[in-house]
Order: sequence, then structure tokens, then C-alpha cells
Amino acid sequence: MSTTEDGILQGEFFVTGDEACAEGAIAAGCRFFAGYPITPATEIAETMSRRLPEVGGVYIQMEDELASMNAVLGASWAGVKAMTSTSGPGFSLMMENFGLGVMLETPCVVVNIQRAGPSTGLPTLVGQGDMMQARWGSHGQYEVIALVPSSPQEIFDLTITAFNLSEKYRIPVLVLSDEVVGHMSEKVVMRRAGPEELVARRRPTKPPGQYWPYEPDGDLVPPMAIAGEGYRFHVTGLTHDERGYPAMTAAAQDRLVRRLVDKIRVNRNDIIQLDEMGTEDAEVVVCAYGITSRVARRAVQQARHQGIRAGLLRLITVWPFPEERIRGLAAQAKAFVVPEINYGQMVFEVERCAGGRAKTVLVPHMGGGVHHPQSILQAIREAVQ
Amino acid sequence: MKLWRKPFDQEAKATSPARVIINKEWCKGCEYCVVFCPTGALAMSTEMNVKGYLLPKASDESQCLGCGLCEAICPDFAIFVISKDGERST
Amino acid sequence: MTNVVTTDGNPVDSYLRVDRMPHIWCAGCGIGAAVGCFIRAIARAGLNPDKIALVSGIGCSGRAAGYVRVDSFHTTHGRALPFATGLKMGNPELNVVVFSGDGDLAAIGGNHLIHSARRNIDMTVICINNFNYGMTGGQLGPTTPLEARSSTSPYGNFDPPFNLPHVVAACGATYVARWTVMHLRQLERSIAEALVKPGFSFIEVITPCPTLYARMNKLGQGVDVLHSYQQRCIVQNGADPREVEIGLSGPIVVGKFVDMSRPTFGDHYQKILHKAQKKR
Repeated sequence: MSTTEDGILQGEFFVTGDEACAEGAIAAGCRFFAGYPITPATEIAETMSRRLPEVGGVYIQMEDELASMNAVLGASWAGVKAMTSTSGPGFSLMMENFGLGVMLETPCVVVNIQRAGPSTGLPTLVGQGDMMQARWGSHGQYEVIALVPSSPQEIFDLTITAFNLSEKYRIPVLVLSDEVVGHMSEKVVMRRAGPEELVARRRPTKPPGQYWPYEPDGDLVPPMAIAGEGYRFHVTGLTHDERGYPAMTAAAQDRLVRRLVDKIRVNRNDIIQLDEMGTEDAEVVVCAYGITSRVARRAVQQARHQGIRAGLLRLITVWPFPEERIRGLAAQAKAFVVPEINYGQMVFEVERCAGGRAKTVLVPHMGGGVHHPQSILQAIREAVQ
Repeated sequence: MKLWRKPFDQEAKATSPARVIINKEWCKGCEYCVVFCPTGALAMSTEMNVKGYLLPKASDESQCLGCGLCEAICPDFAIFVISKDGERST
Repeated sequence: MTNVVTTDGNPVDSYLRVDRMPHIWCAGCGIGAAVGCFIRAIARAGLNPDKIALVSGIGCSGRAAGYVRVDSFHTTHGRALPFATGLKMGNPELNVVVFSGDGDLAAIGGNHLIHSARRNIDMTVICINNFNYGMTGGQLGPTTPLEARSSTSPYGNFDPPFNLPHVVAACGATYVARWTVMHLRQLERSIAEALVKPGFSFIEVITPCPTLYARMNKLGQGVDVLHSYQQRCIVQNGADPREVEIGLSGPIVVGKFVDMSRPTFGDHYQKILHKAQKKR
């Protein structure tokens, strides 16, 4: 265990997922956290309150989650990598201003350590019921990036990835974890992320007076100015043109919304990450994410021992959804088995992409606990009959 | 109707002859400048701009002190004063 | 301060996005005059406009961000203050100004108003009070006087209004003032003072809304409303903020009510940084 002079932790640690998430953010260069306590994400805020001042960053506890989301956007526009964390009820509160972040194209990271809902639900127990909300929670048409870690080590690594993606694509990126991953303790190897690994937002090349805030480059992402450098830009949540000025026409709406969505869609191969085990010859593919994927891994191994050609497709990126991979697997497999800690959310995406060429079977768990491998194995066996 | 007293420092302040410039495209004919002018140098005219707003005019520019109250109250930034030798002081 | 004018342009044009003028505010709306006072206050305070970050919310007043040529952010309804907090704490060298309306700051944004004042976060808040929600058609708001008509109080308002200086002073704002747009020079001076003063500064600016509030309450044209300010306003610097409520009729107390000092949020945080890094 060791730290560097500037306070970044390096070495092997035995920590919870929440703590690993906070350390991953610090390793990624996050120097602003605004949040509100909520089980089971509170420990992220607590860790940030202790560690950010050590590295010269700002921790501020806001009066609610709406303020937290906005403070994060403001800090990002001041040029600082910023993050907030929450769970279901707070996630709902953040939705309007998450949309503002999408519209203003503000890099930042929002962590949701999911718990069972709806409403107050089971504050201390696991759920995976916010997956669709992550995609569609704010009003209007937009595209998101959401990463789903399945271990404290992975939450450390994916938080760094989340910051990189948010800076590269100028969009708030979601880290959708769950209460089990957030509260479990495992070995996490922490490292400082070097400049070659970290991505910073593209800066303007044109001088003030010629720079417009929403004139995109070839990859549909505009270079970003920050406040205080003399660019004198204007940005608004209203539909706007390349100058950043409100443009209340259908033509402007068409240009803007297409670009906001396409900038993620056309770059999805760069964004999507998957982890596969035994899918090369699988007749049944178990498609899972988060803590459920660890249980599913055991079920798939058990199925293989019983002679079933089962495979595991672990979604690390859930949004944008890996449509091509599902379509590809649907051509080869008989069925998809989708265990999730909800009553069916990602299963509908799998079913949509399978296009009827493979059966899609949901193995639901309402929340408050994780699946038993037996329930997934049972579904695998039924799927091959 | 006069909304204002005479400026206390009228003697001290340099009241070199001033010019009133009106931006006809921005004016919305609210009449604030006319009402605020302490000397009555402005009045509403019968001229309309392209949007149909009645415009003010400098009815007696010789009365203009260059005090800048019209400039300050105009909500549309449509009127300002400069002294005739090109300098303005706030 | 002398500016030599070499073209026929209005001297404040360099602070305006002239490519977007004329602005959308109605004839006789006071918001433009308040913006003019703000712009002249920036010059009066000798501030570098490159370091000013202007944040606004939703409403007629919120549109000001789109017309002033500084780094400006037109955010969501009620959330200008936390956005501004993030800007200020992210880069303390920014001079952060929030320009928004009575509904945006005190209704939906009320929670953020009281907490930002409590924190004494170093920023200047210009609250345009036209006693209704103008942009959406003149509905009642948190400052609409009792018995006033609005599009959602057709029988007269029965929702008792805030006394905004009282609210922010009670929460800990270190500079609280109220002027009408008629009080041009005092307003300009107040804004200039607030811009350079550390801490949470709040300036309420009473403005006419000729198209809606004034029309629905039979207050006449814009000039008639300004005339009513002349008759009703009492300048009382140092007045007790608890006693400056505004009714449909009766006096409107204006002036600088609070001007005191206490450590800002940034000051407190500096101490924490020091402590945390010493420990390491």
C-alpha cells in the first residue's frame, strides 16, 4: 500500500466498491464532487469528502440532488473534471439536469449505485431496476453512455473509462453499479492513470471571435471552451445553433438532435465493451450485467459441466446497447437467457435485437438479493429443450 | 411630466453640446427616454420603424446636457448621447 | 471614465451580442434597463469582462444571459444558483453573476436561494422582480402581492408573497439591496459594489411588466408604472429587511439594507484544504 506525493493511491487495497469508485475518479483526474447522501452510495461521498481536499480538489455537499447535478455541470464548465453519485430516488431527481448536461454537451460522470425500487424501496438492498431509466430518464430525444461494473476492481477501472468517454464525447457518462458491488469488499489494484491513458476535452483551435461553441469536428463532437478564457460564449438548454444561440425552428432541432444522438451512435464501436466466456460455440447465451453476471458465470460453468454449450455475454457497456453482437449471436444460438434484478428491462433490448431468430428468456428477481445460480441454470436447461 | 429634478452637479459638470443618437431598428417606442429627459430635449415623433413602433426624436438637441439618463433608462439600448467633440463622460 | 466614441455605436455595444438585437423583451419592460445598469456596473467596478461568468435561469429575466457578451449560461428553471456554485468552486477566479427572475430564484429555485445565501458563496445575484411569471403568460409567483390579478389568480391572489430581502438576509446574505429600474444610478452603483464584494450579494430589482402584470392589474403603461415607483418608493438605506414587504399599493422601500462581512464558503474551504494537506 502506498501513495504518491500528490495523494493518488497506488498499490493493492481491500476496499468496497464505493470507495474504489471514488479512488478511480481521483485517479482519472476528478477534482470536483458535489453530492447528497443516499444509501448505498453515501460512502462515495464520504470518501470524496476525505480524499478530494487531500489532492486539492473540491468536495461540496449540496442541498439536494438537483443542486448536485447542476453544480457538477457548472464545475465542468469551469474546466474541472466533476462527478456526482446517487441511487434511485436521487437519480430521478437528477434527470432534468442530466438532460441539461446532454444538451450543453458537458463532460462529467454520474454514478448510480442501484437499489431496489420503485420509490423508497429497499434502501440497503440491491436492485437493477434503473437500467431503462438510465436510457430514457430525461425528457426528449438523446443518447447515453452507461457502463456497468461487476466488481470493486472494475468500478475503479470503469470510472476512469467513464471520465475518458465523457471528455471525448462531451456527454455526462453513467456508471450504473448496484448495491452489492458498491458494498462488497474485494482486492482492488489502484494505479495512477498516466497522461497517455487519460482523455481531456478537445480545446478550441479558433481564437475568440471566430470560435462557436457547437461547431462540430468530423466526429460530431465540438471543441469545448471553458469559462474565464475570453471566448465569451453563450450556451443554453434551449434548442440552439452552432453559435450556441437559441434557434426556435424545426430545422435547427433536426440538426441538433441528430448530431447529439449520432455522435454516440456513429462512435459506438469505440464505446462498447463486452466480456464473453464460451460464446464461440454457444447454443444458449446468458446475457447479464453487474453483480448478476458473476452469478451467471457460475451457472454457465455448471451448464457446461452438464454438457450444455452455454456461454456468457457480459455487458460492460449497456448503453449504447451492443445491438450488433446480439444480432450476431442470435444467428448462432438457440436462446438468450437474461437474468436481471428487475422484472424485465434489458431483456427487451435483447429480444428486439434477436429479431425472433433466437428465443429470449427472462430470469427476473424483484430485488433485495441476488439470483441463485440454480435459477439461471434451470432457465438454461429449459432453453435448450 | 418630469420624473427628475435638475441634476445637482449641473454647474460642475461639463455640458458641452451633445448629440443624441437613436437606433431606429432597436427602439420599441416605450417613451421612457422622453419622460426621463430632464430638459425636454426629446419628444415622440410621428415616425414609425419597420416593426410599427413610434420613435422618439431629439426635438430640441440644443437642450441636451449629455446627462445620459435616456441612455441609461432605455431598455432597448436604442439611444445614447455623445458630446459634439466626440468625447463622452459618464 | 471617458470613452472616445469613434463610431456611431452605443458604447455598451461591446458588452452586447449585437448580432441578436433587438432583444425579445416587450416595449417598456424593465429588464433591458436592468441589464444596462449591470453592464455599466461592470465598467464602473473596473472588472475584466473575460472573467465574468453569467448564469441565468428560465423566464424573461433569464434571457439576459443570451444578450450579454460574456461567458454565459442559460440553464434550467430554478437551478442557476447551484450551477453558479459549481462554476465558482471550480474556478474561484471567475466573477460569477446570477441574473434571473423572482419565480426562478424564489419558487422553484427557493431551496437553492436559501442554501447559497447560507453558504455565503461568493457571487452576485440580480433578482428581477416583476411580480409574476412573465414568459409563460403572467401567472402568479412567489412575490405576487395579495389580491393582485394574474392569469392563475383571476379572483385575486390569496397566496401570501415572500419579502425577498428578508428571506435572503435571514439566510445569511452579506449584501442585500433593492432598487427599481427607475433608480438607475443607485442600481448601477449597488451592482458595482456587489460585484467586487466577497460573499453572497443579492439585489432585488423591481421592474414593470407592461404586457402582463401591469395590464392585468390596471397599472397602465410602462411609464405609468415608473411614475408609480416615483410616488411609492421610499429610499431607506439600512432599513430592517423584515419590514420591507410590498403590497399592491402602499410604499415600496428601496435601498441598501444589508452590507456586512463574514467568511465566504471559499474562505472556509481554504482552511479545510490546508488542514487536509498538512495531515498528508
